[in-house]
Amino acid sequence: MTETAALEVRDLTASYGPVTALDGVTIRAERGRITAVLGANGAGKTTLLRSVSGLVPTSSGQVLLGDRELTRASAETIARAGIAQVPEGRGVITELTVEENLRLGDLLGTARRRQRHRLEQVYALFPVLAERRRRDAHSLSGGERQMLVIGRALLCAPEVLLLDEPSLGLAPQIVAQIFGVLRELVDHDGMTVLLVEQNARSALSIADAGFVLNLGRVVAGDSAAVLAADDDLRHAYLGF
Amino acid sequence: MVAPTAVPRGAATTMSEPLIEGIAGRNRRTMQQFLNVALNGLSQGAIYAAFALALVLIWRSTRIINFAQGSMGMFTTYIALALIESGRSYWVGFAVALLAGLLLGALVERLVIRRVEGGPELNAVIVTLGLFVALQALAAILFGATYRSFPAPFGLHGFDVGGVNIALTPFNLFAIGAVVVVMLALVALFRFTDVGLRMRASAFNQEVSRLLGVPVGRMLTLGWALAAMVGSLSGLLIAGGSLVFPAYMDAVIVYGFVAAVLGGLDSPVGAVVGGLVMGMTLSVVSGYLGSELVALAALAILVTVLLVRPRGLFSRTAVRQV
Repeated sequence: MTETAALEVRDLTASYGPVTALDGVTIRAERGRITAVLGANGAGKTTLLRSVSGLVPTSSGQVLLGDRELTRASAETIARAGIAQVPEGRGVITELTVEENLRLGDLLGTARRRQRHRLEQVYALFPVLAERRRRDAHSLSGGERQMLVIGRALLCAPEVLLLDEPSLGLAPQIVAQIFGVLRELVDHDGMTVLLVEQNARSALSIADAGFVLNLGRVVAGDSAAVLAADDDLRHAYLGF
Repeated sequence: MVAPTAVPRGAATTMSEPLIEGIAGRNRRTMQQFLNVALNGLSQGAIYAAFALALVLIWRSTRIINFAQGSMGMFTTYIALALIESGRSYWVGFAVALLAGLLLGALVERLVIRRVEGGPELNAVIVTLGLFVALQALAAILFGATYRSFPAPFGLHGFDVGGVNIALTPFNLFAIGAVVVVMLALVALFRFTDVGLRMRASAFNQEVSRLLGVPVGRMLTLGWALAAMVGSLSGLLIAGGSLVFPAYMDAVIVYGFVAAVLGGLDSPVGAVVGGLVMGMTLSVVSGYLGSELVALAALAILVTVLLVRPRGLFSRTAVRQV
C-alpha cells in the first residue's frame, strides 16, 4: 500500500441527527482492484457510499480521489470528477426509456472525454437491454434494472465505481454474470471498484481486498483471502 | 377575462319570409353558431393549453403549483404594452415580454422558490400565492389599475367563408399557430436534446440525476424560466386585441389549472388536450347556456375529474394521497 490509492477515505464521520452512522471510518480502494465493504445491516455501508458521493453530509474527515480532495463537494462535482455510484435498488429513472437512462451516463462520460465504453458495448455486454432500448425502464425486471444501472455507470467512464448491493434480489446466474463483467473491467481497463455487499461470501470471492464495518466503525481490513480465512471474523460479523 | 371575439349574429327571420326558407335559414344559422362556438373554443383552448403547459412544466420538476403564473404573464404583458405605447413595434414588445418571462421565471426560482423547495408543500403554495398578490399590486403601482387596450398584430375581424362571417380571426390563427410552434419546440427540446434529457431526469429523480453529474439546480431554474416564458406567451395572447388590467389573467389561472388537472398535471400532452377540452367546453357553455355559467362549468369539470379520475386523463403516476 505504498502508491496512492484510487480512492481514500480518512477518518470520516457522518450522522443522521443524533445517530452516528459513520464513526471515524478510514478505508482505501487500490487502483485496479475490487475492494469490498462488508458488514451487517445498519453497519454504515450504504452511508459510507452515500457520503463518498456527496449525498450525505459529513461532519469530519476527508474523501480523496487520487490526489484530489472531494470532501464536502457537491454530488454533481463528485460525479464529474470520476466517481460513479450504482445506488441500491432505485437507481433507474423509471419514467425514461432504457436508452435515455443510458444516454444520461453517456452524457457525463462525454463531458469527461474518456470514453472507454460506448453504448453499443454496453448493449453487447447486456443484450437484453438492447432488446428493450425503446421501452420505459419501469417495465424492466429487477435483474434488468441492475444491468441498466451498471451499464449506465460504465458509460460514465468512471475512475472509481461504487456499487451498493449489486447482487440484492438477483438470481445467482445474473449475479455471476455481473461479477464477471466487473472483474473484466478491473483487469482489462484498470477500473477501481468499491463494492458494498451484505453477502460477504460472494463478495470476498470476487474482491481483492475488504473492510468490515460494524456500527459505523472499521473492525477489520485486509486482503480478501485473509478476511475469508479468519474464522472469528466470519462468525462474528460476516455470517458464514 | 376572455378576448372578445366576433360572434356574428344571423339576420333575424322575419314573419314575411316563406316558411321553407325560414327552416333552411334556421338550420344554417344553427350550423353557423355551432361552428363559431367550436372555433372560439379552439382558439381559447389553445391559450389555456399553453397556460396549463406552463403549470405542468413546473409541477413536473418541482411538485409546486405555480399560482403566480398568471400574475407573471400579466406583468410581462404590461412590459410589452409599455414598449408598444412608447412607439416600438408590437413584435419588439412581444419578444421582450417573452424574454422577460424567461428571466422572471429564473429569478423567481432562484430567489424565492429555492428556499421552500423540499420543505412542507403548504409553504410553496403560500409563497406562490403571495407572489401572485404581490405582482398584481406591483403592476397596479407601476402601470396603473385601469383598463388599457392591448393591440393585436393581426386583424380582429372574422374571416368570411362563403359569404358567412365566422368566429375565426387572423389574430386567432396567429394565437393558435404561436401555441403550436411553442409546443413543438418544447417537445423537440425534451425529446431530442441533451439538455432536455437532463431536465426530464432532474424532474423525475433528483438524487440519481446528481449521481450522474446533472446540475439539478440549474435544470430546475431553466424549467421555471421556460414555463414562465410559455406563461408570458399565454398572457400576450389573451391580451391581444383586448383590455388588460392587473387582474385580467385571474380567470385564465382557474381555467388553465383545471385544464392541467384534467390532463393529469404530470403530462405535457395532457395539458394540451386538457386545455383544448376546457376551451371547447367553456365555449359551448357560454354559447348555448350563457356566459355567466362559464366559471361554474369550470368548477364542475374540476370536481368531476377529482371524483371520477383524480389522476387525470394522461398521468402515469399514481394518485397522490392527500
